[in-house]
Amino acid sequence: MYARPKTIAEATHAMAAEGALAVGGGTDVYPAHVGRPLSRPLVDLSRVEGLRGISEMAECIRFGASTTWTDIVRAELPPAFDGLKAAAREVGSIQIQNRGTIAGNLCNASPAADGVPPLLSLDASVELASPTGRRVLPLASFITGYRRTALAPGEIVTAVIVPRPSPAARSAFVKLGARRYLVISILMAAAVLEIDSQGRIARAAVAVGAASPVAQRLPELEAELRGLAGKPSAIVAPRHLSGLAPIDDVRATAAYRLEAALSAVGEALDLAAGVA
Amino acid sequence: MISFTLNGAAVCCDASPAVRLSEVLRGPLGQTGTKSGCDAGDCGACTVLIDGEAACACLVPAAQAEGTCVTTVEGLKASAKGARLQQAFLARGAAQCGICTPGMLVAAVALLEREAKPTRALIKDALGGVLCRCTGYGKIIEAVEDAARGSIHAEAMPEPGHAVGARIARLDGEAKVAGTEAYGADSIPPDVLWVRAIRAAHHRAGFRFGDIEGFIATHPGIVRVLTAKDIPGRNIFGVIPPFADQPVFAENETRFRGEAIAAVVGERQAIDGLDLSTFPVTWEERSPVLTIAAALDPAAPQLQEKRPGNILVRGHVETGDVQAALASGAVTVEGSFETAFVEHAYIEPEAGWARRVGDRIEITASTQAPYMDRDDTAAIMGLAPEAIRIIPSACGGGFGSKLDLSLQPYVALAAWVTGRPAAMVYTRPESLQSTTKRHPAIMRSRMAATRDGKLLAMDFEGDFNTGAYSSWGPTVANRVPVHASGPYVVPNYRANTRAVLTHCVPSGAFRGFGVPQTVVAQEQMLDMLAERLGLDALDFRIRNALTDTTPTVTGQVMGDGVGIRDCFEALKPQWTQLRRAAEAFNATSERFKRGVGVAGMFYGCGNTSLPNPSTIRFGLKPDGRLSLHQGAVDIGQGSNTVIAQIAADALGLALSLIDLVSPDTDLTPDCGKTSASRQTFVTGTAAERAGRALRQQLLRLANAGEGATLSLDSGTLVVRDDTVIRSMNLADLPRDAFGYVQCAEATFDPPTSPLDANGQGVPYAVYGYGAHLAEVEVDTRLGRVHVLGIVAAHDVGRAINPILVEGQIEGGVAQGIGMALMEEFTPGRGENLHDYLIPTIGDVPPIQSILVERASSAGPFGAKGIGEQALIPTAPAILNAIHHATGARVMQIPATPERVLAAIKTRSP
Repeated sequence: MYARPKTIAEATHAMAAEGALAVGGGTDVYPAHVGRPLSRPLVDLSRVEGLRGISEMAECIRFGASTTWTDIVRAELPPAFDGLKAAAREVGSIQIQNRGTIAGNLCNASPAADGVPPLLSLDASVELASPTGRRVLPLASFITGYRRTALAPGEIVTAVIVPRPSPAARSAFVKLGARRYLVISILMAAAVLEIDSQGRIARAAVAVGAASPVAQRLPELEAELRGLAGKPSAIVAPRHLSGLAPIDDVRATAAYRLEAALSAVGEALDLAAGVA
Repeated sequence: MISFTLNGAAVCCDASPAVRLSEVLRGPLGQTGTKSGCDAGDCGACTVLIDGEAACACLVPAAQAEGTCVTTVEGLKASAKGARLQQAFLARGAAQCGICTPGMLVAAVALLEREAKPTRALIKDALGGVLCRCTGYGKIIEAVEDAARGSIHAEAMPEPGHAVGARIARLDGEAKVAGTEAYGADSIPPDVLWVRAIRAAHHRAGFRFGDIEGFIATHPGIVRVLTAKDIPGRNIFGVIPPFADQPVFAENETRFRGEAIAAVVGERQAIDGLDLSTFPVTWEERSPVLTIAAALDPAAPQLQEKRPGNILVRGHVETGDVQAALASGAVTVEGSFETAFVEHAYIEPEAGWARRVGDRIEITASTQAPYMDRDDTAAIMGLAPEAIRIIPSACGGGFGSKLDLSLQPYVALAAWVTGRPAAMVYTRPESLQSTTKRHPAIMRSRMAATRDGKLLAMDFEGDFNTGAYSSWGPTVANRVPVHASGPYVVPNYRANTRAVLTHCVPSGAFRGFGVPQTVVAQEQMLDMLAERLGLDALDFRIRNALTDTTPTVTGQVMGDGVGIRDCFEALKPQWTQLRRAAEAFNATSERFKRGVGVAGMFYGCGNTSLPNPSTIRFGLKPDGRLSLHQGAVDIGQGSNTVIAQIAADALGLALSLIDLVSPDTDLTPDCGKTSASRQTFVTGTAAERAGRALRQQLLRLANAGEGATLSLDSGTLVVRDDTVIRSMNLADLPRDAFGYVQCAEATFDPPTSPLDANGQGVPYAVYGYGAHLAEVEVDTRLGRVHVLGIVAAHDVGRAINPILVEGQIEGGVAQGIGMALMEEFTPGRGENLHDYLIPTIGDVPPIQSILVERASSAGPFGAKGIGEQALIPTAPAILNAIHHATGARVMQIPATPERVLAAIKTRSP
């Protein structure tokens, strides 16, 4: 079965089929089927009306589920989204960025998903639709584990919603990989900082990816950063990483990932603070 | 039904909506310019434009193309920008094997449409998603810049007598930039049967087949299952006949993950839809030995009955008195070094097809060794060699792995037993699992020098993980002891090597046959010695470099053409300047440290003390054109061009008169395999001889003397000497069996001698020499290494075509960077191109090539090989640069950030 729904209602209906698999840009579905047939029912969401594009509302900025990473790179967005744009430029290659979607990145729920740390640091939520209605989940509750999400049968992501950040907010994203392009992260860090007129940090949000089954915010660090002036990297310490649970894999060992996290978090903070 | 616009024309086809767009383009729409390298978006070879935006066609469901405008490489010539890019790629030598070229060109068009004058950074961003394994990317970047500027310099075809040394574009390049070159998967007829191998998922396992007849009966479209019992000849193959030990289909037990036990043959749709887990086989997983240490354990399971202790073969070279010299040295150093499995990662996975023609079989496939394929396939099929015809397709990268048989026996057998043509295209995971790798090595070395900086002794032991079957293990074990000294005078020397069998994928040939591993040890040891002696590392090398009159460790004195010293000298100005600059940078930089390292190499061209003749046939046609039967497979390195350049000048007629007869065991005499850096040297010499012989024949025909000049003008041969001009209408002359009015054939086999029990003798008629300088920046906090630049000086004797030589150097350096910093294959893990990483366009720095031309009397016009030489010194130069930057020695490669960081933390103060 290959469904090509045009409306959200058609899409959720098609997704209710046993074993249905949603296809957005195809950039995760096809690599998972090298040399073996795609036998599950496919629901192609690329032509569902109203799912692609970025809209700025008074309270929030709404990324339609089918918005591509290239759409994000090319959009005019407040500086708080610079980190997200930097992450968008690191998603695979330009070929992948042109097709891969923001919702696909979240639904694939890879620990190394480039989009997740910046979106976590922006307090993003995920809007879901099902045949029975809509709901909104914080991103941190949407991705429930290693390649697991809160999506119920028949449910699709319709948008990613980011509360409108303070105009003073600045952001950054740092990715460590073993080569320059087309690389799965060894580690990622994203930071959003609001700095007050005295040069002190009024609000901080920091997230680390590829060092736990799901990317994590660092709440203790965020709390300690509040009120701080000067180089934020100076206070980053191993104890701030206690929420991470890195593993050994082909890309790096757990120990190296912690070391890299310490460095990358500091770098992302300094970049966001403009003191790198 | 899916409708869209393809290259400006409306197309409509009956594809399943979920099928990859790449398959629709290549299959029903017949546009094979779009290449499939991985089906996972990892290589970018399938890049097309969809409504002007670059996309990997392998990731796009065909349904999503509906109503769009798709542009493939075939459509580029219709736009000014596309056509300019194609010309620029050709003129610059940006296409070598050419398999990535369509993807590169399409990605570059997308860039130029958005950005008319892109910066280098933008070019890299735009092309970062397309992998190239041949070029090192530099010429690709230059070609895009040329196209953007509209300044394309295409070298004119040379005048007669001036082909050698001309920077001409490759003669077979037009098809590569047009997307019309036919690789292994590109000429498969529509009505073939398809073949899928059933492969072991365990490193070692027993197995029993279930109900195969029942499997066939319940799978419509599956026509046959092939197993060991279907093989009419012998179920054994191997590139070195006395060592042949690999079964086409394993019997009873599999010895590595990815080994085939059966092949399913069926209609395309049935094979595509096959769920391999339904195949009737029961596996019994057994305990494997995966490392050299485990295999050498006396209690280890024995891989092969004939190889006690799991030792496939040993190599040995010895001269002088090593023990005494080590004891008497003023300074001695020692070290242990380790290298990893490295994957060739050509962008074209193995592909080809076969058909039965009467009692013969024709195999069209991607290969580096047509005659070896023929002979081995014949033995498997129980046929005479002449009953097999091998037609090499264009080869989308080989680097040594396509010397071994892969799919040839499967398609041959399928075509033979079914009577229908049969095709097979490896998936990327299948290619990674089952084809040969670079041998992982564990090396221990001790070296001694005198107080005044003369090398005194070296004692080297190397063990090489050769995997489950011999492949080229014996070659590595024999070549390494000859080369482990490096290009230096080492009066007291002992090198012992072993190729050790394990339950890993077979290790085989990979650009340098073990020598790139040994230099990781030897060139770091030289730096350690120089440091102990307080000598400049480059001066120390120059002081000990081989010369025309000093003996190698096998006792060979070359007599001429030893250019290693010239290579080191050529690096000296930049060495001094860059070392100083790095030290100045480091004085003010805490976290990032720069360093500059050097390494040298020599490498014997051709087989080690074994015959490896090449034969060239060169004919004059009645229409006044020349036919060059050029059997050396061009895998991107340029033999189609270089051999023709040599032949033209030897004959004394214009290169533009030559028509190539491409490798085909029915049409071209044996030019051996494309490996061991032998084609320019060995086949080139055969071409030189054939050219001179043909010239003699033509002169005789005209009764003219040696100094006469030849010219051909529309079917008329004109021979001029001082006094006489003679014209001959070629159509009037008698023709031979090939239809030629004159034809010469010449063979060359390099003069070598067998090595004695101590490895003394003449293993090679000529060596190539080179030295690299690497400049790196190390992030001392995270251990990341960024290569800032490479200067590569190579003595090639004579650069027959400098643009192609540079291409070999730049591509070799890129592979060396990968080997040094990121490439490591672990059987069973990461069998794809996003876990197995090769350098992208952003990982290869500017490379400056310095061509040194110390002619060798053994080679054509003085030329030596360059194919493998180019890769060898890069990794140790980088490792020495890391040490210069940080004081840390990395003894195990790849030097991943993690290993570099560990070395920094444990460095001696």
